[in-house]
Amino acid sequence: MNGFGKPLKIALGLAVIAGLIIVPMNFNRYGLFILSQWAVMSIAAMGLNLTLGYAGQVSLAQGAFVGIGAYAAAIMTTHGWPLPAAILVAIALSFAVGWVLGYPALRVQHHYLAFVTLAFSTLAFLVFRNESWLTGGIYGISNIPRPNVFGFATNKPLPFYYVCLGSLAIVSLAVWWLIRSPWGRAFMALRENPLRAQSLGIDTRRYTLMAFAMGSALGGVAGALYAPLTQYIDPVPFNLSLSLDLLMMVIVGGAGFYFGPFLGAMIAVLLPEWLRFTEGYYLMLYAIAVMGLLIWSPTGILGILDRYLAARRTKAASALRAVAKSRLETAQ
Amino acid sequence: MSAVLEVSGIRKNFGGISAVDGVSFDVREGEILGLIGPNGCGKSTLFNCILGQLTPSGGEVKLDGKLVTGLRPAELNKLGVSRTFQLLQVFPKLSVRENLILAGQEHQGNMASRLVGRSDAGLTDAAKQMIGFFKLDHLADEPAGGLSYGQQKLLDAAMAFMGGPRLVLLDEPAGGVNPSMLADLKDRLVAINREKNATFVVIEHNMEFVMSLCSRVMVMAEGKVLAMGRPDEVRKNPAVIEAYLGH
Repeated sequence: MNGFGKPLKIALGLAVIAGLIIVPMNFNRYGLFILSQWAVMSIAAMGLNLTLGYAGQVSLAQGAFVGIGAYAAAIMTTHGWPLPAAILVAIALSFAVGWVLGYPALRVQHHYLAFVTLAFSTLAFLVFRNESWLTGGIYGISNIPRPNVFGFATNKPLPFYYVCLGSLAIVSLAVWWLIRSPWGRAFMALRENPLRAQSLGIDTRRYTLMAFAMGSALGGVAGALYAPLTQYIDPVPFNLSLSLDLLMMVIVGGAGFYFGPFLGAMIAVLLPEWLRFTEGYYLMLYAIAVMGLLIWSPTGILGILDRYLAARRTKAASALRAVAKSRLETAQ
Repeated sequence: MSAVLEVSGIRKNFGGISAVDGVSFDVREGEILGLIGPNGCGKSTLFNCILGQLTPSGGEVKLDGKLVTGLRPAELNKLGVSRTFQLLQVFPKLSVRENLILAGQEHQGNMASRLVGRSDAGLTDAAKQMIGFFKLDHLADEPAGGLSYGQQKLLDAAMAFMGGPRLVLLDEPAGGVNPSMLADLKDRLVAINREKNATFVVIEHNMEFVMSLCSRVMVMAEGKVLAMGRPDEVRKNPAVIEAYLGH
């Protein structure tokens, strides 16, 4: 996002971070729950943005990875393991499963790939529901403990919100690093032109699998935070509609834009709450708002900003050209 | 002079059609070999078979005497074989500079160092040099998709050289490029050929371009090699005149 001054961007970023830390101090229990949910969903959406937005691989299974992470964390922490260990296991597990799910992407693309991942999503849901020896089946797992961080208990909503926010910060930095690295460039090459990418020595197979595995791993992280956030999980939140919600967050925020998932998650998690005053109509209004946005700007909210900045750059460039031209004419 | 590339008996069938029908030739170190022939004679299919984009139905490809048939395109590229495509193949949303860094990054370090190391893989200077060499300085930060066709064609060629290849296969580099830019492109190719000792195979329909650039020319027709020799020999060959050049 060129066009803003760098100091201005840094000031804006610091203001947002300070706001996220300070403002919720006065929030009630429910407000903090919603905001924590935003942080968790942002992490999952960032993962999908990596797979879909940057690497161009359609996935309708991100919700299943949130489920895998959530169950891993729920099972481990209710058996006395600390949450950080559960998060590591959630990452490893969803990374490995995501890697395997990447193999179909080496053969099929676009809506065919969407169907493959959709089938996986259904499969994961059935495992959560039917394998009750492990997952508690439809009764789920309750009394999921919240962690102690450096000796501080995070049972209360505000401390646990800070756990979610801190995790979001760590994930954000890691993703920022990743997309700026040559890996990020290779992911974009997969999206833009895999044929050319191959001929430039880019191992498209390995990068495709990595894009799936890393995106899925972030879904696992989100799940591992979701379980202690709600303190009770059952299979229902991890069905296909969560995958579709996450897909919508990425698309509405702006696929392939770094800040897209934050905005998309904000809209998906917070907008329904703000529209609650309309009572029975809020889902309808929400649906209409999303439709309107995507008709107006298929590239999402950040697509609007991007277009505006591009137009400004073009204007500046043509102004420069006009000046150069008049100089040439006077010189003649 | 030793052969960089030896192709023997390459065949490629699509259903009942044999697009490439037993083509053998070799490319000598440091030469610029032209590849001409009517549309549909199998030139691009031959390129795709050599480069691993297609699996040949038969025959062998050797690079520096080593058998490389069936290697994937990325693996061949790592061995120093690079290419351009007949149709433009740049990364439209990335800037010109990013396109060039991308084109060279897999030749730097390994997977791990590309994850934790410098975001430009140490290629900013090399990209800048290449941008200057192809006279794209004023466009370095523009998205490649916003460039004119001719400029994208130059970028496409520049990308093929970022990995420091020994052998470059260029598929119609002059197509759709205006005359002044074409002269530039030829200059650049000759310079890289001499200075970096890169060997080229060039598919092209622009006869003037081929005849003035290439040291040898191979003519294909209906999937077979029709003639091979110095440009002036090939131009006078009656079979070539009949099949391709016209009277």
